[in-house]
Amino acid sequence: MANELARWQFATTSIYHFLFVPVTIGLAFLVAILQTAWYRNENPEYRRLCKFFGTLLLINVAVGVVTGLVQEFEFGMNWSLYARYVGDVFGGPLAMEGLAAFFLESTFLGLWLFGWDRLPRRIHLATIWLVSFGTILSAAFIMAANSWMQHPVGYSLNSKGQPQLNDVGALFTNPTFLWGYVHVILASLVTGSLVMLAVSAWQIRKQHAVESFHHTARLSLVVLLPSIVLALFVGSELGVIEAKYQPMKIAAAEAQWKTCKPCSFSLFQIGGGKNDHTPSQIIEIPHLLSLLATNSWGGEVKGLEPLQKEYEKKYGPGEYVPNVFLQYWSMRIMAYIASAVLLLALWGAWLLHRGRLERSKWFLRLGVWAVVTPFAMNTAGWMLTENGRQPWIVQGLMKTVKANSPSVSSGEVWASLIVFVLIFTALGAADVYLMLRYARRGLPEEEPQPARTLPTTTPALTY
Amino acid sequence: MLALHTLWFILLAILWVGFFVLEGFDLGVGALHTFVGRTDTEQRVAINTIGPWWDGNEVWLIVAGAGTFAAFPAWYASWFSALYLALLLVLAALMGRGVAFEFRGKRDDPRWRRGWSLCMTIGSLLIPLLLGVGLGDLLTGLPMNAEHEFTGNFFDLLRPYGLYTGVTLLVLCLLHGCTFLRLRTGPPITERARALAGPLGWLAVALVIGFVIWTRAEVGKTVPDPVQALAILAIVFAAVLAPREHPGWAFTCSAVAIAATVGSLFIHLYPDVMVSSTSAANDLTVNNAASGHYALAVMTVVTIVFLPIVLLYQGWSFYVFRGRVLVPGQADGAPSPAPPADRPGGQAPAQDPPGAAPPAAPA
Repeated sequence: MANELARWQFATTSIYHFLFVPVTIGLAFLVAILQTAWYRNENPEYRRLCKFFGTLLLINVAVGVVTGLVQEFEFGMNWSLYARYVGDVFGGPLAMEGLAAFFLESTFLGLWLFGWDRLPRRIHLATIWLVSFGTILSAAFIMAANSWMQHPVGYSLNSKGQPQLNDVGALFTNPTFLWGYVHVILASLVTGSLVMLAVSAWQIRKQHAVESFHHTARLSLVVLLPSIVLALFVGSELGVIEAKYQPMKIAAAEAQWKTCKPCSFSLFQIGGGKNDHTPSQIIEIPHLLSLLATNSWGGEVKGLEPLQKEYEKKYGPGEYVPNVFLQYWSMRIMAYIASAVLLLALWGAWLLHRGRLERSKWFLRLGVWAVVTPFAMNTAGWMLTENGRQPWIVQGLMKTVKANSPSVSSGEVWASLIVFVLIFTALGAADVYLMLRYARRGLPEEEPQPARTLPTTTPALTY
Repeated sequence: MLALHTLWFILLAILWVGFFVLEGFDLGVGALHTFVGRTDTEQRVAINTIGPWWDGNEVWLIVAGAGTFAAFPAWYASWFSALYLALLLVLAALMGRGVAFEFRGKRDDPRWRRGWSLCMTIGSLLIPLLLGVGLGDLLTGLPMNAEHEFTGNFFDLLRPYGLYTGVTLLVLCLLHGCTFLRLRTGPPITERARALAGPLGWLAVALVIGFVIWTRAEVGKTVPDPVQALAILAIVFAAVLAPREHPGWAFTCSAVAIAATVGSLFIHLYPDVMVSSTSAANDLTVNNAASGHYALAVMTVVTIVFLPIVLLYQGWSFYVFRGRVLVPGQADGAPSPAPPADRPGGQAPAQDPPGAAPPAAPA
């Protein structure tokens, strides 16, 4: 029970945290681009846009940062057996993340926020780029740690049977890491640009500062289109890597109980869960699964049944098949929404090309509502990858059921789960309220140039 | 040669010291901002004195936690799971306080602002108190079995020594916040901070002396300890200087006092990292809790490369915003003492007029 609850809590807190992370990574990058535009052409419009989207970024960062704290503590609080067992390898990237990325991100965010008109323009521009760099760097370390859980590398088992790091380079050349990391960064750019697109589309529809928001609509589409194309491509390559190291994950994502060769992909099916190994596939696309999972036209994909037998032989009796229903649908939700976003991006690009973007009512209307899509995609993507790792907490090394803290009772986890849900609900409500409020108001007023007599060291009343 | 696990124990002690010295003052300011600031504008001034830095200061705690995970996984696992409910409160405090900075000024509504101010105050009080309890418990010991798993309940965490450590650190942070405010802003906030600093200073003196005596009794040592002596000396000077016209020296002394107090706790903990009150055989030590040599070597290299860079840019950030934050409109002949000679232009007004709806600056 305590184990189940700890899993619920970790899933809840990490999914919630990851609603904010990709917005931060994506928007920080886009705001840095806006500020660069202002730096280069001194057009005050870009400065106003930069501050406008900067405010949205900051509101979002506040919640992203504090929910990240929970993650950092939870490994020890809820998963003491896991922490004790893997810390030698897994703790390293987390500490590196703090030293190399969190310090950078937080210090330069403070410098950027309070440094308007205080720092020389060039230096102030550098601070937002360092913030953006910090966010992208921090994702690298946490993804390296996560990828090690998916596909452990660079270690040897010591006399107590615990993994000990013996090759730090391997953590950062782990194929699961390389593809997964790029995928996450691309998904973040997709998220950031969809948020920017939604706000710009809303403002254009309301005829507020149409010309200014046309710039940001264009910028968001210019970033969105290549990002979504690449994210789809990299995601499918990641699938091939996972099929190699975590065949259960991919077989479950297709509800493929028997081995097949070549394998078709079902667009939609009924059944296929634990008690129904022969689902009725409604629409099948021949060869597509072979192509996705193995990169070859007639590749073989091992079924869950033979894999289960194989695992029992290797690791002893037990259930090694993850939740097939979750796998199957999270894969499809992610992929189908991504395809829809690709279409939207293509449509937007075409409208831009024809110079009709601000007049296309339907595109602007859809562009606003598209803001929900990245959150659904990102969540589904993580469900796919983390649920597909079960029953392992570290693939092949440690099972999730044996990893939670023996000293923490289910009552205590209930208490913390309730507290987290309450706090997250309150923070989420405040965040959405402020995001909407600031996204709906117009561009900030043109500020008077600061008097030259102002000391450059006095921070303004920013908070 | 210095063993790597000992080096990492020292590094973690430095991270905790860094956390309390830096975050200490912003916790103090956060806890006291409604006492030193009566109007909303004054409260905002107080909050903005720590505005550019509080987030970077907090990272010292995160790195201390993650560094413990990397260098002493068994310590991290036992300590964090033992402190489960206490850390839950710490997390709630960190979350409420963290978003309060960003959210408070975003809406011009007294109830909204009072609510976030309350989050900031309570959060800033709870964090040093509870972390102090957690640190004190390391030294006085928690029930722990042979697998180093905690075997007690929530009330086992509330040991007298741990609680006392928590109260001591809390009062030190409050004093540190007062000495910081006196450096960073002007009247009337500095006057109120000065009035608070007097009693807080002498309370801190009593608490630190008690802490030194109690710690020595806990570990059964009688040899003189220069770090503890430094803690007492620094806190006495801080208490004497705090109400006087030496804000720079008072702040230096409160910083040294916090550093020496936290540092002395780690000095007396070594070579244990977490004492078991069940049996000395179950103690976690730098030896039996540490990661392997290779992992420690990698982390040492990473730290040697990055920590100096961090110190450089954090130091630069403190330099950039060294000027005072003042209540708007105060500059022009308002009755206030002259700015210290070494801070030219320190009396310039901050930008926003009082009560301006959400600040025009980027937030």
